[in-house]
Amino acid sequence: MITIENLCKSYGKLQVLKNVSLEFAAGKVVSIIGPNGAGKTTLGKCLLGMALPNSGDIRLNGESVLNKHAYRRQIGYMPQIGRYPENMKIRQVIEMVRDIRKDGKVVDEELIGLYGLPDMYEKRMGALSGGTKQKVSAALAFMFDPQVLLLDEPTAGLDPISAEILKGKILKEKKKGKLILITSHIMSEVEEVADEVLCLVDGSVKFHETIARLKQQTNEERLSRAIAKIMNGEN
Amino acid sequence: MGKIIKYVLYDIVKSKIIIAYTLFLLLLSIGLFNLGGSPDKGLLSLLNLVLLTVPLISIVFATTHFYNSYEFIELLVAQPIDRRKIFLSEYLGVAFALSAAFLVGVGIPVLLFGASLTGVYLVLTGVFITFIFVAMAFLASVITRDKAKGIGIALMLWFYFALIYDGIVLFILYTFGDYPLEHATLAMTALNPVDLGRILVLLNLDVSALMGYTGALYKSILGSLWGISLAFGLLVVWVLAPLLWAKRIFSRKDL
Repeated sequence: MITIENLCKSYGKLQVLKNVSLEFAAGKVVSIIGPNGAGKTTLGKCLLGMALPNSGDIRLNGESVLNKHAYRRQIGYMPQIGRYPENMKIRQVIEMVRDIRKDGKVVDEELIGLYGLPDMYEKRMGALSGGTKQKVSAALAFMFDPQVLLLDEPTAGLDPISAEILKGKILKEKKKGKLILITSHIMSEVEEVADEVLCLVDGSVKFHETIARLKQQTNEERLSRAIAKIMNGEN
Repeated sequence: MGKIIKYVLYDIVKSKIIIAYTLFLLLLSIGLFNLGGSPDKGLLSLLNLVLLTVPLISIVFATTHFYNSYEFIELLVAQPIDRRKIFLSEYLGVAFALSAAFLVGVGIPVLLFGASLTGVYLVLTGVFITFIFVAMAFLASVITRDKAKGIGIALMLWFYFALIYDGIVLFILYTFGDYPLEHATLAMTALNPVDLGRILVLLNLDVSALMGYTGALYKSILGSLWGISLAFGLLVVWVLAPLLWAKRIFSRKDL
């Protein structure tokens, strides 16, 4: 569904992504892991066109997405730190995004309901806690029934119940044949929802495997141990 | 695009600065028309104040607005909207709001106290100056991500066009006073939108008789319909050049 070819991206002299080539298939949950500054967020931003790659290509369903915008209709994005216009109310943000993306499709309001956002509709974005902003981000990402979901550390800052709701939603969407990309540092969570693990280190792909194969290769029961073994084994 | 402009305008109107700006211009205009005896005198004083304050307020307001809208822009960039469209909507929203403030604050008093062709030129010039300095503000804002630096660049631009440039022109005229400089002066005028606007209005007042040979040359060139169209054409170029440049930078920027 998504093909990335020889993607390179640098900010000034700092090379963030070095020749990354990847393939993601529909109906899978892929977890992107790696140390801080490995290029996880940048990879997502390139996919969204927020950061423009220096070279390489990204294709969604066979078509290059570089310098295009209509393809973003198919992507739901939940940023790591949601930043919203401070003096807009929750209701206004949601209504605005809906107004702008009016394509006559069904609007998925499940998360808005599950998170009880209507009760807080009149609160200003600037007055919200980090976790509540995350809930708004999550609701917006899932709202337009996109084929691809890009969730950047979705559960960081969410309380356990809300995180559980989100995981349930992720699995539900996966069953509908969507591709879900999640960056995360929490291994237990990765193990719970993901099918595949993609590990980035210093802007290069360290490995991209299914969880079952990872465990098999390392003879470990738990994913965190398996990954630790691979990382230490090659160092 | 209309939808995004609507949200930009909504955000600006809510900040109330634009209303203060309108009231300031309104007080200034009504005051000046009532102080001087003839409407022409009022227009002249108004011209000088408008050419000093409108660029300053437009450029500072637009720069701070752009930086304050970063979150809004980030939110929109992740949606299926062309970046250039987001940028132009932001620009038009700010330029429309400031122009509307100017039209109410200066346009209405001019209509009431000094309705004449000169008055129309003054109002048109003010609107053009607003569009030009908002474009420059956006250029300053896309060059750097640092808000303090961006406002610094914006203020430098204002300083240059409103004050320093005239100093440079005077210096050149003084130094090369022995040479015929009429055409050079004309060219130098075209290189500063503030001067261009000033001369457009001045030529329609009687004071242009006081400007000597250069004034006569201005009158012979800019006094005709052709010359006036040329001057407004140049003002349009002054809007488009910084705007398109800024749009180009914005569409290739990492957000």
